[in-house]
Amino acid sequence: MFDDWQAFIAMGGHGLYVWLAYGAALALLILHLVRLRADWRKTLRLLRSKRDQDHASQAP
Amino acid sequence: MNFKAWWHRLGSPKWFYRVSGPWQSLFLSLALALLAIGTVWGLAFAPPDYQQGNSFRIIYVHVPAAMLAQSVYLLLGVAGALLLVWRMKLAGLVLETLVPFGMGATALALFSGAIWGKPTWGAWWVFDGRTTATLVLLFLYFGLHALRRAIPDPAAASRACALLAIVGVINIPIIKYSVHWWTTLHQGATFKLTTAPAMPAAMWAPLLVNVLGAYCLLAANLVAKLRNAILRRERSSRWVRDLMDGSQPSIGPAPSPNRPSAAPSHSQRSAAP
Amino acid sequence: MFAVQFRREWLCVLRSKDEALNPLVFLFLAASLFAIGFGGSSDRLGEAAPAIIWVLVLLANLLSLEALFRRDFEDGALEQFVLFAQPQFAAVLGKVAVQWCACGLAMTLLAPLLALMLNLSAAALPTLLLGLLLGTPALSLIGAVGAALTVGLGGGGVLLALLLAPLHLPVLVFGVSATLDGGAGLAATAQLYWLAGISVLALTLTPFATAAALRISVERS
Repeated sequence: MFDDWQAFIAMGGHGLYVWLAYGAALALLILHLVRLRADWRKTLRLLRSKRDQDHASQAP
Repeated sequence: MNFKAWWHRLGSPKWFYRVSGPWQSLFLSLALALLAIGTVWGLAFAPPDYQQGNSFRIIYVHVPAAMLAQSVYLLLGVAGALLLVWRMKLAGLVLETLVPFGMGATALALFSGAIWGKPTWGAWWVFDGRTTATLVLLFLYFGLHALRRAIPDPAAASRACALLAIVGVINIPIIKYSVHWWTTLHQGATFKLTTAPAMPAAMWAPLLVNVLGAYCLLAANLVAKLRNAILRRERSSRWVRDLMDGSQPSIGPAPSPNRPSAAPSHSQRSAAP
Repeated sequence: MFAVQFRREWLCVLRSKDEALNPLVFLFLAASLFAIGFGGSSDRLGEAAPAIIWVLVLLANLLSLEALFRRDFEDGALEQFVLFAQPQFAAVLGKVAVQWCACGLAMTLLAPLLALMLNLSAAALPTLLLGLLLGTPALSLIGAVGAALTVGLGGGGVLLALLLAPLHLPVLVFGVSATLDGGAGLAATAQLYWLAGISVLALTLTPFATAAALRISVERS
C-alpha cells in the first residue's frame, strides 16, 4: 500500500491522527500489562510475608 | 459429572485456581499475537478508504475498543446477577476486575473516536447518538468505580456494584434510544450478525483479527486478576499455604515444573505478561 | 403496608418541613441565578429555559433523594425497616411516593413560576407540566436505588450524583425534547409516552432493587 517508510509515517496527511490513536492504544496496553505484572508481584509479596509469619509463629 | 456439581466447582476459588493456570498464558500470548498481526495488517497492508483515505485506519483501534466497552458492561450485569441471585463468590471478583478494564476500553473508544472525528467530520467532538451513548457508558463506569471505592469492605462493595451494574444494564437500551433521539451522523455498525459487512474483506479482515485479540486480552486479564485475587483472599486457607510451602508450587501465571524447595525460587519466578 | 409507610413518612416530612423545603428553595434560587446570569437577554433565556428547568429539577431531586434514607439510617430505623416492613415492595414504594409528593410533585406545581422567571414560551408550558408530572416519578424511583446504595457513605451527595446522572439521562432527554416540541407548537406525544413508559417500568422494577440495595447497605454497616 505504501511506497516507502515516509509515506507510511505520513499516512497521506493523516499521520497525526492515526499515530495518536494507535499511540494511545499502545500506551493503554502497556499500562495494562505493567499493572498485571505489579499485581502478581504484590500477591507474591503478600503470600510470602504471610508464610514467613506462619513459620515464625510455629518455631519456638 | 452432573451439572450441579460442575456449577458448584466453577464457583469454588480453589478449583478455579487449579485449572486456570494454563488459560492465562494461552490467552495472553494469543491476545498479543492477534493484536500485533491485526495492527500491522491494518496499518500497512489494508487498502486506504476511497473517501476517508488513511484516517480510516483508526477503525482498527476504535471498533475493538468500543466493542469491548459495551461487552464488558454487559458482562458486569451478568456477573452482578450471578453474585446477587446465585451467590457465586467468583462473580464478585469478576466484577472488581472488569470495572477498570471496561473504563479503559471506553476511554480509548472515546479518545480514538474523537481523533477519527476530526479529519472525517471536521470536529473533535460531536454530540451524536453513539458518541454520547459511549460517553454515558463512561459515566456508568465512573459511578461503579466510585461506589466500589467508597465502600471499604470488599464483599459489600462487590454486592453494591453488582446491583448498580444490573440496574445499569437494564437502563442501557433506554439510554441508547434516548440519545439516538438526536440525529445521528455516525456510520452504521461495522459488524452485524445478520448481514455481511459492507466493507471489502481486505479492510474488515484485520479488524476481525484485532477484535478477537481484544477479547483474548479481556479473557487473559480476567483470568490473571481472578487468580491473583483468589490467592490474596484465601491466603490463610490450607491449600494456599501448601502452595507456598512448595508441595505444589505453581504460583504465577504459567504452570511451572515442580520444585522441591520453595522459598527462594519464588522470587525469581516473575509474574505475568 | 403502602398506606402505613406513606402515613409515617408523611408525618416525618411534616415534622421537618425545612429539610423538605430546601430542594424547592434551591430550585427557585438556581433558576434566579440563571435568569440573572443571562443578563436580561430574555430571548436566549427563553430558548434555553426547557433545558435549564429540567436540569435544575434533576439536581434539586438529587438533593432531596440524598436525605431519603439518611435519618432512618442514622437512628437505626432502617434496620427495622429492612427486617420487618413486609412486603418490602409496598413499603419502599410508600417511602418513595412521599419523597415524590414532597419534591417531584411540588416542583411540578412550582414549574409555572420558573417558566415565568426564565421566559419560557407560554405554548410550551402545558407540555412542560405534563412532562414533569410523567417524568419525575421515574427520577424518584430510580434515584431511590442510588440513595439506598449510598446511604451512610461519606461524601454521599457527590457519589449519588455520579451514580444517578447517567441513569437519569433518558428522562432529561425526553423531557427537554418534549418541552421544545411543545414550544414549537408540535404535539410531543412520542416523548411523553416515553416518559410515562420509563416511569411505569421504574415503578415495577426499582422497588425490588431499592429493597435489595437497602439490605446490602444495612448489612454493610
